[in-house]
Amino acid sequence: MAKSSKNTKVDRRSFLNKGVRLSMLVGLGGLGGTLLSNSTSVEMTWQLDASKCVQCGQCATSCVVSPSAVKCMHVFDMCGYCDLCGGYFRPGAKNLTTAAENQLCPTAAIERKYIEKPYFEYHIESELCIGCGKCVKGCGSFGNGSMQLQVNHELCVNCNECSIARACPVDAFSRVPVTDPYLFNGIMKTD
Amino acid sequence: MKKSLVYILLMFFLTIQGLTLEAQRFPKPEFENGHTQPAVQQAEPRSNTWEWVDIFVLFASLTVVSWLVIKKRSRRGVLYMSVFSILYFGFFREGCICSVGSVQNVTLALFNPGYVIPVSAILFFILPLIFTLFFGRTFCAGVCPLGAIQDLVAIRPMEIKPWLQKTLGILPFVYLGLAVLYSATASDFVICRYDPFIGIYRLDGTFLMFVIGGLLLLMGVFIARPYCRFLCPYGVLLNWVSRFSKNHLTITPSSCIECRLCEHSCPYGAIEKPVSENYKLDRKLMVRRFLSLAVIIPVLITVGAWTGYQISDELAMVNPKVSMANQLSEAEDNPERELTLNVESFRSSGKPAAEIYEEAKDLLGDFSTGSTLLGAFIGLIIGLTLASLAKFKYRQDFEPNKGNCLSCARCIDFCPVEKDGIFEKNNLT
Repeated sequence: MAKSSKNTKVDRRSFLNKGVRLSMLVGLGGLGGTLLSNSTSVEMTWQLDASKCVQCGQCATSCVVSPSAVKCMHVFDMCGYCDLCGGYFRPGAKNLTTAAENQLCPTAAIERKYIEKPYFEYHIESELCIGCGKCVKGCGSFGNGSMQLQVNHELCVNCNECSIARACPVDAFSRVPVTDPYLFNGIMKTD
Repeated sequence: MKKSLVYILLMFFLTIQGLTLEAQRFPKPEFENGHTQPAVQQAEPRSNTWEWVDIFVLFASLTVVSWLVIKKRSRRGVLYMSVFSILYFGFFREGCICSVGSVQNVTLALFNPGYVIPVSAILFFILPLIFTLFFGRTFCAGVCPLGAIQDLVAIRPMEIKPWLQKTLGILPFVYLGLAVLYSATASDFVICRYDPFIGIYRLDGTFLMFVIGGLLLLMGVFIARPYCRFLCPYGVLLNWVSRFSKNHLTITPSSCIECRLCEHSCPYGAIEKPVSENYKLDRKLMVRRFLSLAVIIPVLITVGAWTGYQISDELAMVNPKVSMANQLSEAEDNPERELTLNVESFRSSGKPAAEIYEEAKDLLGDFSTGSTLLGAFIGLIIGLTLASLAKFKYRQDFEPNKGNCLSCARCIDFCPVEKDGIFEKNNLT
C-alpha cells in the first residue's frame, strides 16, 4: 500500500513537471513570436539629432568610451570658409592666427588651412576631438552651423542603452537604422 | 574691429553669391584656384553580419556546453568553454549584447510598441531559457561571459551559511524588479549601467564600472560567483525555468552511494544533502508554521506594496524626464539660484517646460503603479523564501538543487561511482 502511494506521488510530480515545462515552452514560444513580429532585421544604432543639440558638453563626459565616441563633424557644404571662424577662434581673440591662445578648441583638434584669399578650410582631427561641442556652439551662434556633433560609428560600441542619451537634457539621442546612421542638420549635397 | 569685419565679410558674400542659395549667413564660396572640397568624415557603422554570427555562436556553445554537462560529464570541457566565452562574447564582441541585459530590451518592447527590438536581443533572451528548460542552467556554466570570468577566479570558495545564502538570494529579485520597472517606463537600462565586467571586456569604461568589477572579482575568489548568485536578474528567470528542466546535471552517473565525497565540492552551495525519513517534524509544529506563514505572507505583500507606493516618487527620479522636470520646477521656484547645466541647456533649446511637466506627470503615475507592484512582488518573494526555509522534503541522495545549480560540473569529478555502477560491482566481488 505504502509502495503504491509512493509511486503515484512520483507520477504526480513528474506529471506536474511535464505540464509546467510544456506551458513554459508554449509561453516562451508565444513571447518570442510576439516580439519577433515587432522586430527588425535592420540593426539599430545610436545617433544624436544635430538640429536638437544645444552643445551642453555632456557628450564629452557621459560616453562609456573615453574619449567620447561623439565627435565634431564638419559639413563642408554648409561652411562659409570664413577667415574669422566662430568655431575656430575664441571670442575676443586678438589675432586671427593659429596661435594656441586664439583657439577655442581645448585640444587644438581643428586644423586651419589656407585655400585662397580670404578663405580658410577647417578640418576636424577626429583623434584629438573630445566631443565637447565648444566649436559647434561657436560656429552655430556666429556662423552657418556647419560644425555639428555626431556619433562616430567607428568608435561607438553601440551600447544596449546609450549612456549619453540618458544624460542629454534635450532628448536629442535616438536609435536610428544602420543604413542611415547620421542626422546632420541643414543642407548637404549627396553626390 | 571684429564686428565690422563680420559686416564686411557678410556684405562681400551677399554681393558675390546673391541670395540664390539657402538662407545661410555665409554662403559657400566658389573657389578660383579650383580647390575641391573634402567629403564629410562619416564612418560606417559596424557590420550587421556579426549579429548573426553572435546568434550562431550562442546556439552552438549552448549545445556544446549542454552536451559536455549532460552526456560527456566533463568539467574540463566546461572550463574550456568558459575561456572561449570570455574570449569571444567578452573581449572580442565586447560583452554586448548579452542575455542578462536582454531582459530589459524584451520588457521595453513589451511596454513600448514604438521600440523596435533587434532580433539578436530576442534570441539572446529566449535561447538560454529554452536550453535551460531541457538541460538545466548550462548557459550559466560556460556560455555567459559574466559568469565565466567569475568562475575562473573562484579559487578559494568558502561555504556560506544557508540562512545567509537564502537572504542574499532575495537581492536578484529586487534587481530584476527594478530593472523591469525602469525599462518598462523607458527610464534606464540599470543592468547595463551597472554591468560589473563590461569595462574589463572593453578595456575601457567609467571608474565606477572598474571599481564594481574589481570588487566582485576579488570577492569572487572567496565567495564563488557573487554576481551570479546574489545579483544576476536573468538568473532569477533561469532558476525558475531550471526547476522544471527535463534533464539536469547529476552528481553521480548511476546511483548515489552516499559516500559524502561531493558534500563540500560545490562552490555555490547548490548540493542538497540527504534528509532521512526518520527526521520528521512534529505535526503540530508544522501546522503552526503553515498557519503563521498564511498570515505572514499576505502581511509582507501588503507592507511591500505600501512601501513601494511610498517611495515611488524617489524611484521615479531615475527617469531623466522626471528628473529634468524636477530640476526645472526647482529653478522656477528659486530664480535667485544659479542655473544648473541641465536647466540652462533645456531652456536654450526653446522647448516649452509645460510639455515636459505633462510627460513627467504621466510617468509619475506609471511609477506609482509600478513600484506598488514591485513592492508587493518583493514582499511575496520574502514570504516564499521564509516558506522554503520551513519546508521539509525527504531526500535519499546527494542531489544538485535544480534551481541554484549552475551546472559547472565540478562535483562530477568528486564522485567515485562510475557509469553502470562499476565501482559498486568491483567492491562487491
